[in-house]
Amino acid sequence: MTIIDQQGAASPSDAARAGAEVQFRSVVKDYGSGARALDGVSLTLAAGEFVALLGPSGCGKTTALRSLAGLEDITSGSVLIDGVDVVRVPTNKRDLGMVFQSYSLFPHLTVLENVEFGLRMRKVRPAERRTRAEESLELVGLGHLGARYAHQLSGGQQQRVALARALVTRPRVLLLDEPLSALDAKVRVQLRDEIRRIQSELRITTLFVTHDQEEALAVADRVAVMRAGVIEQIGTPEELYSRPTSSFVAEFIGLSNRIAGELVAGGVDVLGQRLPVLGQHADRGAVTALVRPEDIVFVDTPQGGADAVVVTSSFLGPVRRTTIELRDGTLVAVQHGATERMDAGDVVRIRFAGRPVPVQPMAEH
Amino acid sequence: MSATDTDVTDPAGPVGPRPTVTKTEALVQGAASAPGGKQQRVRPAVRRDAATPSKLTSRIILGVVALVFAVPILSMVEFTLRAGIDGGHDLGHWAAIFDPENSRKYRVLFQGIGNFVILAAVTVVIVVVLLLPTMILVKLRFPKLQRVLEFVCIIPITVPAIVLVVGLAPVYSVVARVLGSSPWTLAFAYGITVLPYAYRAIASNLQAVDVGTLAEAARTLGAGWGTVLIRVLLPNLRRGVLSASVISVAVVLGEYTIASLLGRNTLQTSLVQVSKSDPFVAVIFALLALAFAFVLLFIIGCVGSGRRIRETP
Repeated sequence: MTIIDQQGAASPSDAARAGAEVQFRSVVKDYGSGARALDGVSLTLAAGEFVALLGPSGCGKTTALRSLAGLEDITSGSVLIDGVDVVRVPTNKRDLGMVFQSYSLFPHLTVLENVEFGLRMRKVRPAERRTRAEESLELVGLGHLGARYAHQLSGGQQQRVALARALVTRPRVLLLDEPLSALDAKVRVQLRDEIRRIQSELRITTLFVTHDQEEALAVADRVAVMRAGVIEQIGTPEELYSRPTSSFVAEFIGLSNRIAGELVAGGVDVLGQRLPVLGQHADRGAVTALVRPEDIVFVDTPQGGADAVVVTSSFLGPVRRTTIELRDGTLVAVQHGATERMDAGDVVRIRFAGRPVPVQPMAEH
Repeated sequence: MSATDTDVTDPAGPVGPRPTVTKTEALVQGAASAPGGKQQRVRPAVRRDAATPSKLTSRIILGVVALVFAVPILSMVEFTLRAGIDGGHDLGHWAAIFDPENSRKYRVLFQGIGNFVILAAVTVVIVVVLLLPTMILVKLRFPKLQRVLEFVCIIPITVPAIVLVVGLAPVYSVVARVLGSSPWTLAFAYGITVLPYAYRAIASNLQAVDVGTLAEAARTLGAGWGTVLIRVLLPNLRRGVLSASVISVAVVLGEYTIASLLGRNTLQTSLVQVSKSDPFVAVIFALLALAFAFVLLFIIGCVGSGRRIRETP
C-alpha cells in the first residue's frame, strides 16, 4: 500500500519513484572557523534502502544529512541523487521529504493544511490535494485530527504529522533528522516502529540521523557509524555489533568490557583463556580486549576461568546485568538470565563464551 | 564506554520528579497536623514576591498615574467646551469644525490630517518592505550581523531630532529635486526615526518563533524564498509586524520637529499653525489625536497579549 495512489495501489510511476539511489562522494564540509565537519565522506544508499547515520554529538552526521537536503553548502565533493549531482540544485528543487528534530509544523495552518503544503507548492489540484493529504494522515493514524492546529497536538502526534507531510509529496528521498529525540521513551519506540513500517511499505530511500544506537540498530537496513567527520564503519546492525572494525565502533555500539590481555599468534589471551581476534594485528604484546557482557558466563567448575566479586546486580526484565570486580580491580559487566540472582559480595567464577573479540593496543583509549 | 557506563532502561520506568512542597503548603500541612489533633483554620495564603506591591499600594499608584493623565485631558475637554467668557459650556467649538463656512479656515488642518495618513502608510510600508525582510535575512543567513543590525536600528533613538534634521536637510534638498517636496517624502526620515521601536517589536516576535526550522521545512517541501516569506513566516510574525506598524503610526503621529524644520505641512505643524488663530480647534484635534493614540496602544496591547485569532475546539 502506498499513500500515493488514490485507488490504493501503487502506480508504475510511483513504483519507479519509490526509491532513488543516493551517493555521497568524498564530501568535505569546512566551516569558516576552520572546523571540518565532514572529512571526505563517501556513502551510497541503494534505492529503497534505510540507512542510519549514527554517532556522538558533533561527529558530522546532521551536516551530512543537511548537505543532502541542500541546507548546507559543501566545500568539495559531490552529492548525487539517481546519478545526478545536486550540489548546485536548491533545496526546494531536490524533491526530498524531511522530518526535523524540533517540531516544524506551521503553527498558523491546520494539520490538514500542513500536510497539503507540499502539494500546494507543486500546484496539485485542490481535490486531489485534499484526498492525498487525508490518505497520508491515515497512514500515520491521524486521519481524525486534520482540523486541529499544531499546538493542540502532543509531541508524538506532531512528529507523525511532520512524517505525513514529508511523505505526501512522494519524495525521492526521506530525510529524518533525529525525529524522535524530543519524544518520551514509550512514544519514541512506537513512532520508531511506525517509521520502519511505513518505509518498508513505500520502499522510499531513507537517511535517518540519530545518536541513539538502539534506534539505529532497530530500524535501519545498514548503519554508518561516524566519528569526527568520517565514517568509521558501515554495515548491517548485526555486522556492526558482532564484527566491529575499530574499538570506537565496538564501544559505541552496545556495551563492551575493556579487559587486559596478551595478543599472541593464535588469538588473545584474556584471564587465562585464548579468544579469537577480529581483524588483522601485526604487533604482539599487551592489548585491551573488548568483550560483550553477554559473551561472559558464570561457571561452577573450579578449573579455568577467573574469580571475581559481585559489586551490583540489576534486573532488566528478560535479563539481569551484574557488575563484578576482578582481582586486579577491573570492573566487568556480565549479562545473564534474569533467574540467576546475584548479591553484592558474592564470589563468582567467570569464563568467556569464546566468540571473536576486537582488541586495541594498551595505549589507545 | 566502560563496563560501568551501562545505558540500561530502568525497569521500574521513569521516575517522575518528587513532588515539591511549597512553603505555603508546608505551613498548611503543619497546621492541619497540629499537636493535640486540633484542626487549625488556615487562611489560603497568596504567594507574593517581596517586590510585589500590595493591592492597596497598586491602587494608589494606579490612581496617581490616572490622575496625572486625566487632569490635563479633562482640562482640555473642558477648555473645548467653553462657550465664552461668561463661564458657560456648549458644543459650539466642536460643531464649528464641520461648519462649511469654516472649511477655508481649517483647510490646512484637514490637509495635515491627509498628509499624516499618507506619511503613516508609507512609513509602515518602509518598515514591512525593508526592515522585516532584512531582519529575517540576517536571522536566517547572517546571524553574526544581528548585533550590528540591532546597533544600527537603535542609533536613531540616541540622536536628538534637531541633530537629525541638521543631517537630513542637505539630503532632503536632493530628495526635493528628485521626488519633489511633497510631505510624503518625510516618510524616508520617519522610516529612520521609527527603527528602534519597530525593530524591537519584530525582534521579540522573531525570538519567539523558530523561523529557521519553519523556513527549512518549507524549503524542503518545495517552497521558494518568496513563498517562505509570505506564506510561512509572515503569518507567524503577524503579531510583531502589526505591533511594529502600529507603533510606527504612533511615532509618526507624535513627530513635529523634523516636519517643522524641513518646512512640511503635517498634522502637527498644522495644529500649531491653527492654534495661533483658533486655540479651541487645535485642542480638539490634539484630543482626537490622543484618542487615536490610545486606540493604537490598545490594539498593541491586544495583539501583544497573544490571543489566537483562529482557535478550534
